[in-house]
Amino acid sequence: MRFYEYEARKIVELAGIPVTKYGFCTSAEEARKVAEEIGGPVVIKSQVLTGGRMKAGGVKFADTPEEAAQHAEEILKLEINGHMPRGVLVDPKAEVKQEYYASVVWDGTAKKPLMLFSDMGGIDIEEVAETHPDHVGKGHISNLLPVGDFEAKQVVAATGVTGSQLNRATPILARLARLFRDNDMTLAEINPLAELTDGSFVALDAHMEMENEAVGRQKKLLRKELQIAEDDTRETYEPSDFEKNVSAIDAADHRGVIQGKDHGFTGNLGLVIGAGGGSLTLTDAVRNQGGQPANYSEIGGNPSVAKACGLAKEVLEKDGVEKIAVMMSIVSNTRVDIVARGVIKACLELGKDPGETIAIFRIPGAWEDEGFKILEKYGVEYCDRSVSMWEAAGRAVSKIQGAPA
Amino acid sequence: MSILLSKDTTFIVQGITGREAVNLTKECLDYGSKVVGGVTPGRKGREVHGVPVFDTVAQAVEHHGGPIDGSVVTVPPAFTKDAVLEAIENGIKLIVIVTERVPRGDVAQMVELAEMRGARIIGPNCLGLIVPEVCKMGGIGGPAKDAAKAYQPGRVGVMSRSGGMTTEISSSLTQAGLGVSTAVSIGGDAIIGSAYAELMPYFEADEQTEAIVIYTEPGGRMEAQLAEWVKDNNSRLPIVAFMAGKFMDDEEMKGMSFGHAGTIVEGKEDTATEKIARLEAAGIRVVERIDEIPDVVKEKLGATA
Amino acid sequence: MPEQLNKVFIDVEVDDSIRNDPAIAAKLEEVCPVDIFKDAGGTVEIVDENVDECVLCRLCIEASPPGTVHVKKLYDGTELA
Repeated sequence: MRFYEYEARKIVELAGIPVTKYGFCTSAEEARKVAEEIGGPVVIKSQVLTGGRMKAGGVKFADTPEEAAQHAEEILKLEINGHMPRGVLVDPKAEVKQEYYASVVWDGTAKKPLMLFSDMGGIDIEEVAETHPDHVGKGHISNLLPVGDFEAKQVVAATGVTGSQLNRATPILARLARLFRDNDMTLAEINPLAELTDGSFVALDAHMEMENEAVGRQKKLLRKELQIAEDDTRETYEPSDFEKNVSAIDAADHRGVIQGKDHGFTGNLGLVIGAGGGSLTLTDAVRNQGGQPANYSEIGGNPSVAKACGLAKEVLEKDGVEKIAVMMSIVSNTRVDIVARGVIKACLELGKDPGETIAIFRIPGAWEDEGFKILEKYGVEYCDRSVSMWEAAGRAVSKIQGAPA
Repeated sequence: MSILLSKDTTFIVQGITGREAVNLTKECLDYGSKVVGGVTPGRKGREVHGVPVFDTVAQAVEHHGGPIDGSVVTVPPAFTKDAVLEAIENGIKLIVIVTERVPRGDVAQMVELAEMRGARIIGPNCLGLIVPEVCKMGGIGGPAKDAAKAYQPGRVGVMSRSGGMTTEISSSLTQAGLGVSTAVSIGGDAIIGSAYAELMPYFEADEQTEAIVIYTEPGGRMEAQLAEWVKDNNSRLPIVAFMAGKFMDDEEMKGMSFGHAGTIVEGKEDTATEKIARLEAAGIRVVERIDEIPDVVKEKLGATA
Repeated sequence: MPEQLNKVFIDVEVDDSIRNDPAIAAKLEEVCPVDIFKDAGGTVEIVDENVDECVLCRLCIEASPPGTVHVKKLYDGTELA
């Protein structure tokens, strides 16, 4: 789950990391008030969950509260990469002496959080790591033991930073590491971490992401502190009708699991496929043999006839879908006969001939003999495990667009 | 003869009274595995397919009268960490976590404790492991008769991030007469107890294993880690890899998760293309089509014989 | 909503001899994992929309006197024994 900048700022603040005086505003009038309170030049930043806002005109400087209100008005109406802003953040224009970088990410290989620190902040850390590796400090923290300030200190010191800068940056990095662990973050980044002309350190911009699996147990932070609504799921894109319908069918029946996605798919061959790895393998196999999938889907966990039927119907009713391919890797829990009943029923309920509509049925495994009897009766072409997933996908493709040239 | 499991391996099932756990227990018993107990808090005194149920792992160990080798954990995500810590602190050395959607921080804690105690975790989000005709620990391969159809003893070790694809690939190796030494469904999450490179030393030491097949997907760094391991250890085992989810390299699929929680392209190193390049640079053959696997394995075995 | 078809693959019938037996009605409702039978005040009722969910488990046949519950596989014309 991604956070807006104003939320990330609040998270950092709650962890005891110093920030500048700031205000989140949803109207020009509010922006004027915040600018007045701050006093002096301010910066107005669009609050969108997408990059490139500077380039798009989503960040502007103002010398007076009137100017701030004017900019806020424009930015609030400005769409960036298809996203309308949720509001604007009004910040003082900071007098920065030096920019630093601090972050904590997962190292999946070490299976521990990794602290990163650099005295070259404000720019892309991966680039710094490549061009100036001696300016990037790194250090893992334990998942079980308390995070010691000394661990953060070692990381900061590794970049050559010393003096009062070391002593100011150390607790900030340590607190960032603790908030990463305590709040189930997958990314906690402060960039830039600024040293102001008066020698103090503040987090000027922060970027936070929380693991989706942990959202349920972080209610205190999400609902109470940040006031994020339960249905505000922050998907990377708006789900399509197909995706919403499939989720609704899945949620209505506890037996088995189905998933459907069609973002980025526009073809004529509907895919009723599974399970996780099987779906990835089959989608590639269809595309690599010249087929055009209309969607991606996953069947797993032994769904009911009604659920398999529901998914197949949704796929069949998508614009441009001519046929469906029903394919899975060998199943040991999901039943072949139950899926066969579901997809045939979908055809019949839509007034379609299953033998014509189902380009291929390739699900070997549990209850396959019973399943094959059903498919035979309705004239559906099927195959067992002796036909590979690649070959089955190829047969479906050639049926829909004729034999390959 | 095999890795991690033997004919004498004993294990318990934590969360044994759940619907899927009941099935899994029956499948393992039918296969000949030694399921010596189950744990569901508050259900002490019951039986599941003849297996006694206890409130705590300690009770199961006491009833067994000695150390228990393993545990299959199938409790809901919110309780998984505690169940696994309980198993580790009661001397269990091999833990298969079936549960999906366990937060990364919890998994990392369990793994760190397992390392401290000399235990090994397989999963989460996996189907377990199987040594054909010897022992099946977890739902891998399904009912005993289906498992026997897909898994026959043989020369190839299998590791897969997808449970279903473990069986699909093993079945094709069985059909081709190559058979399987040990197959491990390693799990589909971003952080798992045992990645490819961490299981390689076991396969390397196993005389029965003559080649390795891995199934992999976009997301994470575990292929890079395997490539490093192979380079650093001068492995005797030829490795054949299959990469699914190449379509996820498309620009419009960035940041979307498909198939498994860990299967998401977040940066350049996560893409299928990048991973294939890394594996190939380490001498690992990456096949284009799933059905090429048995022939390429045969070719590799011929080359090393 | 498109029309929902029922009993496409499976048909289930109970003989008149047991239809009004309260004990059997209760038992059938209890054993069926997909809720094909409903105990309607001591009478066995078949829930049409669930019949195609039948998983061929035979629990209903085992729960009633021999030959009184019929589970028919319409796709091959056979009946579960």
